[in-house]
Amino acid sequence: MVAEPTIIERTDEATSPNGRVDAEPEILTGAEITCRCLEAEGVTTVFGYPGGAVIPLYDALPRSNLHHVLSRFEQWSALEADGYARATGKVGVCIATSGPGATNLVTGLANAHLDSVPVVAITGQVAQPFIGKDAFQEVDITGISLPVTKHNYLVQRPEDIAHTIKEAFYLARSGRPGPVLVDIPKNVFLAKAPFDYPKKTGRRSYQPSLIPNMRQVRLAAQMIDEAKKPLIMAGHGIILAEGQEVFRRFVERTGIPVIFTLLGLGALPESHPLAEGLMGMHGHRHVNAALEECDLLVNIGARFDDRATGRLSGFAPNAKVIHVDIDPAEIGKNVPADVPVVGDAREALKLLIPEVAHRDHADWRAWIDGQRNRMLEAALENRPTWPEPYAIIKSIREAAGGEAIITTDVGQHQMWAAQHIGVEHGERWITSGGLGTMGYGLPSAVGAKIGRPELEVWTVVGDGGFQMSLNELATAVQERLDINIAIINNGYLGMVRQWQDLFQDKNYSEVQISGPSFVKLAGAYGCTGIRIERNEEIMPAIQRARSIDGPVVLEFIIEPEANVYPMVPPGGSNSEMVHGNLWQPTEEDV
Amino acid sequence: MQNSHTLVVLVEDQPGVLNRIVSLLRRRSFNIDSITVGHSEQPGLSRITLVVNGEDAEVEQVGKQLYKLLEVVKVTDLSGEGAVYREMVLVKVAAKAQTRAEVLTIAGIYDAKVLDATPSTLMLEATGDAETITSFLNMMKPFGVREMVRTGRIAMARSGQSKSNGRIDRINSDSYAAD
Repeated sequence: MVAEPTIIERTDEATSPNGRVDAEPEILTGAEITCRCLEAEGVTTVFGYPGGAVIPLYDALPRSNLHHVLSRFEQWSALEADGYARATGKVGVCIATSGPGATNLVTGLANAHLDSVPVVAITGQVAQPFIGKDAFQEVDITGISLPVTKHNYLVQRPEDIAHTIKEAFYLARSGRPGPVLVDIPKNVFLAKAPFDYPKKTGRRSYQPSLIPNMRQVRLAAQMIDEAKKPLIMAGHGIILAEGQEVFRRFVERTGIPVIFTLLGLGALPESHPLAEGLMGMHGHRHVNAALEECDLLVNIGARFDDRATGRLSGFAPNAKVIHVDIDPAEIGKNVPADVPVVGDAREALKLLIPEVAHRDHADWRAWIDGQRNRMLEAALENRPTWPEPYAIIKSIREAAGGEAIITTDVGQHQMWAAQHIGVEHGERWITSGGLGTMGYGLPSAVGAKIGRPELEVWTVVGDGGFQMSLNELATAVQERLDINIAIINNGYLGMVRQWQDLFQDKNYSEVQISGPSFVKLAGAYGCTGIRIERNEEIMPAIQRARSIDGPVVLEFIIEPEANVYPMVPPGGSNSEMVHGNLWQPTEEDV
Repeated sequence: MQNSHTLVVLVEDQPGVLNRIVSLLRRRSFNIDSITVGHSEQPGLSRITLVVNGEDAEVEQVGKQLYKLLEVVKVTDLSGEGAVYREMVLVKVAAKAQTRAEVLTIAGIYDAKVLDATPSTLMLEATGDAETITSFLNMMKPFGVREMVRTGRIAMARSGQSKSNGRIDRINSDSYAAD
């Protein structure tokens, strides 16, 4: 006979920090409540920009413990919150006013949405009597942000602020993370209400699946044990689940080689013998060859994005598919799964490890190794003749030793970095994957540096993307952030130019882009600028930048028409890679 | 296989919930034949009936995507279950003295009710499944349809409870409480 458990009913007496029982909760304004909620969520830094509808909130801010970072554009506030969240694993917070402030956040929220990054955005709204009247600086931001947020709210009463913000943070960080927007009218910020931060939240209709079904786990394990040429596709989900360590144990036990999506880089350190490198449109030759050859593909925490898969009909044509994802809607969305495993990547891996056999797969790994592009690898060994983009990326890697946070903008430099920066720690590789947001580099570096001040931070940007967000240099200077900005300057919007080069018969339409003297620009903003024109100047410049405290702008002049290779032509399958001149077909290829 | 599916979606009755659903269906390019919304037997829950045309896998995606909306409590696919489907139509038909008797006879066949009459028109109300309503309207057409409004489909499973095999499952919806 089992004894009845004693159930102790929880009483709902609120206790204040000094331990005394509060009979009466404090009466605060909506703005003060908002600040108190953020503090209660452990927020220390918010990124934002003031304006009319949030004047009450900014009035309360100096009385809070929150550090406010003044971005120079609301989009950068959102992207800083995104970069902060990726670097720290905590929820990033941004604030903007109504109307244009709120609409400027949208691209940043879409970026966080597509890459599953936990962000909470607080926007001011016009006072309630003005809503729907086309008032000054009024936009329907809950309507506008609907498709690019995990959820959003328009708060109607000051009493609703606390439980709404509690739920917003819970939604942002739980399950598949994402951005959540809370829109608060100006008069709700001003009105008073008792403040009592709820201890619990949750909705019956929101139950993220964390622990996978054991039956599916066993089916997956059996399939893994039976495979002769298995391959693991590692996605962002492993890093979001903070599952890198469990993943390493799983990989070492199964002996399965690992390929990475753009956001999965670093799920296993790239120095690990089983880490094969980037897959997809600009994936390594041997990686895409392995995809073609494998008989089992184990996708852990990736959503089969088109840039990773290439033409779906040609994707992993010989493979059965195991798909581990926390979001059931991802199963079967793009690629049918033979064995779906729905759950948190770390939980799924923990359950899988005891179920799978210890394997080596030496022959299969040797086969993959044989598919490497030897000519490129030989060129990369031979330092003085490195082509510039590789030299810059590899020198940063060498100087920082894989320990720095690397953020990137979007374009050719991003792909060169993804191929060759050698990511050791997934959460220190910060790049805009799903949305491909130009301008992301500098703001994400600002957010990351504020979140992880003890780490060296580099952002690799192109001259195009940097010109979108270079006004954020002011924020970096104001916040005294030690960030190194490597501009890979080819005088072109290089990725579009590359497409025009390869697929539009060199019709270079509107891709030539001039820019300021970046060295003088750096000086104008009060930071150091260095211009690098020759290969032998690269490493000394990088070392100098590392020794300078504060933002440093390094302008690397590269060959204007350098292309990123290999490349899968748009609409092509991953096996139809185009290689540049650093490629020698083997007998097998001919 | 391209099929017509009837999905019943129970949602929390919150402001903007219909907008969220319709916006989701539009942005993911799901084709909807009809959508109706009304109260359910449970206070605070609205019941949406969606008629979706698509491959089975696509309809499954509709269900899974709907579950990602916070307000969506349950999605059931009634196709394949015994279910009752109903629509209603209001139609104003030209009916002068010489044709009125004939219109009323046909209305009688369809159990249609006369809601209003003028010397030259009759307003009729009919309910039934989609085929019945279409057939009724075809019969009325020759007399001259002055005005017509047809609701979307509503549906209910015949069994006591909606069967589990009709449920588009949230895979592993183990309950998970917030910290």
